[in-house]
Amino acid sequence: MISRLTRGGSAKRRLALGVAAAVGVALLASGCSSSSGGSGGSDSGYKAPAKSLKANITYGVWDQTQVKAIDANLKGFNEEYPNIKVNVNVTPFDSYFTKLQTQASSNTLPDLFWLNGPNFQLYAANGKVEPITSEVKAGAIKLSNYSSALDDLYSLNGTQYGVPKDFDTIGVWVNKALFTEAGVALPKAGWTWDDFQTAAKTISEKLGSKGIYGGAGGMDGQTTYYDTIFQAGGKVINGDGTKSGYDTAATQSGIDFWTKLIASKASPTIQQLTDTPADQWFTSGKLAMYWGGSWARTEVGSSPIAKDVQVYPLPTGKKQATVIHGVSNVVAAGSKNKAAAQALQVYLASKKAQLQQGNMGAVIPAFTGTQTAFAKSEPGVNLQIFLDAVKYAEPYPVSKNTAAWNALEGAQLPEAFSGKKSVSSVTDGLATQMNALLAKEK
Amino acid sequence: MTTETLPKGRAALRERPRLLKRDGAWPWLFVLPLLIGIAVFYLWPIIQTAYFSLTTWGVFGGSTFTGVANYVRLFADPQLYSALGNTLLYTGIVVLGVPLAVWLASLLNTPGLRFASFYRVLFFLPYVAMPTAIAMVWRIIFNGDFGILNYVLKGFGITGPYWISTPGFALVAVAIVGLWSSLGFSMIILGAGLKSIPAELYEAAELDGATPWRQFRSVTVPLLTPSIFFVLIITIIGSFQLFDLQYAILGSPTTNPVIPQSLSLVYFFYQQGFVSNDKGYAAAIAMVIFVIIGIVTLVQFRLQKRWVSND
Repeated sequence: MISRLTRGGSAKRRLALGVAAAVGVALLASGCSSSSGGSGGSDSGYKAPAKSLKANITYGVWDQTQVKAIDANLKGFNEEYPNIKVNVNVTPFDSYFTKLQTQASSNTLPDLFWLNGPNFQLYAANGKVEPITSEVKAGAIKLSNYSSALDDLYSLNGTQYGVPKDFDTIGVWVNKALFTEAGVALPKAGWTWDDFQTAAKTISEKLGSKGIYGGAGGMDGQTTYYDTIFQAGGKVINGDGTKSGYDTAATQSGIDFWTKLIASKASPTIQQLTDTPADQWFTSGKLAMYWGGSWARTEVGSSPIAKDVQVYPLPTGKKQATVIHGVSNVVAAGSKNKAAAQALQVYLASKKAQLQQGNMGAVIPAFTGTQTAFAKSEPGVNLQIFLDAVKYAEPYPVSKNTAAWNALEGAQLPEAFSGKKSVSSVTDGLATQMNALLAKEK
Repeated sequence: MTTETLPKGRAALRERPRLLKRDGAWPWLFVLPLLIGIAVFYLWPIIQTAYFSLTTWGVFGGSTFTGVANYVRLFADPQLYSALGNTLLYTGIVVLGVPLAVWLASLLNTPGLRFASFYRVLFFLPYVAMPTAIAMVWRIIFNGDFGILNYVLKGFGITGPYWISTPGFALVAVAIVGLWSSLGFSMIILGAGLKSIPAELYEAAELDGATPWRQFRSVTVPLLTPSIFFVLIITIIGSFQLFDLQYAILGSPTTNPVIPQSLSLVYFFYQQGFVSNDKGYAAAIAMVIFVIIGIVTLVQFRLQKRWVSND
C-alpha cells in the first residue's frame, strides 16, 4: 500500500527538459533581480500576489500522517498571506484517484492538490493542471533545487507542471542478526548482483530449516524489478512513453535476476510473497535482506527487529541504479483562485516549508539540502544511502495511462519469476500487449 | 457512478391527473421522496449507462458515439466468458448455503433451545460486519505459510494450498467466505418464515409418528418455500454482483497474479472502467451483467410455480 502511494515517474524527454531547465537556470543566474527579464513569455508572467489577497482555497492530499506538517506549513504561509484560508482535504489513497477523476470530469478539482507520477501525464495531457512555466520564469521556483530525475517526472512535452515536494529511493534493508547467525559477512560498499545472490542463497540454505530466507522478490516493481531493469541498463518504457522496453535483452536480464533468486530457493516463491509480502517477512525476522523504499523506515523502526537493522545501497548490476519517485503539488487549471493557489504552491516548494516538512519527519523533503533531519532520524541506521542514491536514480516509469500496463505486468511477470515460462517468452508477449496499449494512448 | 440530477420529477407530475381520479394524490405524495431517490440514483444512471455503452468515453468525460462497437469487442473478448464462468462457479458455491441455512434455521427454531438468541447473533454478525474487515481476517486465516486453516489441515495430515494465490483455489476461498457471510441474512429471513408455520402441523405429524427428519422434509420445507424462494433470488443476485469481497481478499492484479484468471463480472467491469479508464467499454459490461441478472431472475420466477407453495 505504501509503495503505491509513492509510485510515480515520467520517463520522458530528459534531454529536452534538461535543456529547458538549464536555460531557465541560466536566465535566473544572469538576471536575478529583473524578474520580468528573459525572452518570450509576455503572457501571464507569475507575480507574487498582494499580501492582502483574500481567498478561500482547498488543498487535496491523501496522507493523514502528513497533515501535522502541512498545518505547520500553512501557519507559515498565513503569516505571509493572512487572508488566504486553506482547507486541507484528506482522501485516503485507495479512493483518492477515483475521486480526483470525478472532480476533474466536473471541473471541481481542489485548487491545489497532490499528484503522483503514474497519474501525472493523464492530467497534464488533458489540460487539467496548470503549468508552472511562469513561476519558473519569474524565479519563484527554481528547478535546480530538486532532483532532475524528479523534475522530469512532472514535465510533459517540455512543459513543467510541478516540482516534487518529497522523494523516496530504494535500498536493501538488512537484518544483521540473521547474517551473524548464518555466518555470512555483511554487504560491502560496491557490492554486486552476484554478491547479493550468493549471500541470499547461503543464508536460505543455512537457516532454511527455521523458515528463514536470504532475499525476496515480489510483485511490486518499484522496490524490485524496476530497479534491476535499470541496473541491467534496460528500460521499462522508452523516453517519450510510446514503446515498451520489455523486449530488450537488458530489460530481460533485469527480470531474470528475480527468476534466478527464486529458482535457487534464496527467496520465497511468488505465491508465498502474495500471501505474505516481503516487508512482513522482514519485520517478523524471517528475511535477511529486504529491498525496500526509504518510506519503510517507520515500519522497520517500530518492528521487533529494529535494533538489528542496517540499510545498504542496492547491489550493482551493469551499473548502479534505483527508482526514484516523489509527490508533487499541482494547481488545477480550472481553479477560480489560481493566484492564491499558485502562491501556496510556491510557498510549499520553498526551502523554508520543505525544511519544516523534513524536520517534522513525515517524508524526505525534495529541496536539496533540507534532508539532514531524515538522515539522522534513526540513530545507527545509515539512512544517508537513500539521499546519496539520488545521484544515480532513474525516474519511475510512466505513460499517460500507466495503470493499464501495470495490470499486465502484475498478471504476466509472475509466470517468468516462478519459472513456469521462460523470461523472454513472457516479456516479449508483455511488450507486444503493452505497445498495443501505448498506441491507444495517443 | 453518476450523480447527475434528474430534471425535476417531470415523469411523476405527468402521472398526476390520472391518479387524482382514482386514489387522489396523497399516496403518491408519500412515496414521492422514495421515487425521486430511485429515479435519480437508479433509473437515470441505468439509462445513462445504456447510452454510454454505445460510446467511447474520454477519461475526463466527453463521449463519442460509436454504436455497438463496444458490444462487438466485448463478445469477442475471452475475458468476458472467463469472468462469466467464474461468476457462475462462485454463485453455485454460495447457493449451497441456502439449504444449509434452511437446516440451521430450523435447528435454531427448535422449541426450548437454550441460548437461541445468542446463536442468532453469532450467525448474523458476519452479515453486518464490513466486507473489508471480514476479508482482512480471512486473508490471515487463508495464509499459506502461517494461516490457521492450513495449520488445522496439517493436523489431519493434509498440506493445504496457498488459498488466495493458487488459481482455482482463490475463487473457492472467496466463495467460502461469501457463503459464510450470507448465511446469517438467509437464516433471519427463513427464521421469520418458520415462525409462520402453525405448531399444530408439527403436533399432528408427531401423532402420525413422523420422525424429526420426516417433519423437516414434509412440513418445514414445503411450507417454507416462499421464504426459500426469496432467499434464493437475493443470494443469486448478490453473488452475481461479487466484487468487494473478492477485491478485498484477493487484492488487485498488481498484488496477486491469479486475479486475471479469477475475475468476476463486476471485477472485470471495474478493471476496464476504473483501472484502464475505458468507461464506454465498462458500461457495455455493466449492461451485459444487468441483462444476465434479469434473465436469471426471470427464469427463477417462471420456475417458481413448480415448487413454491403459496397457500
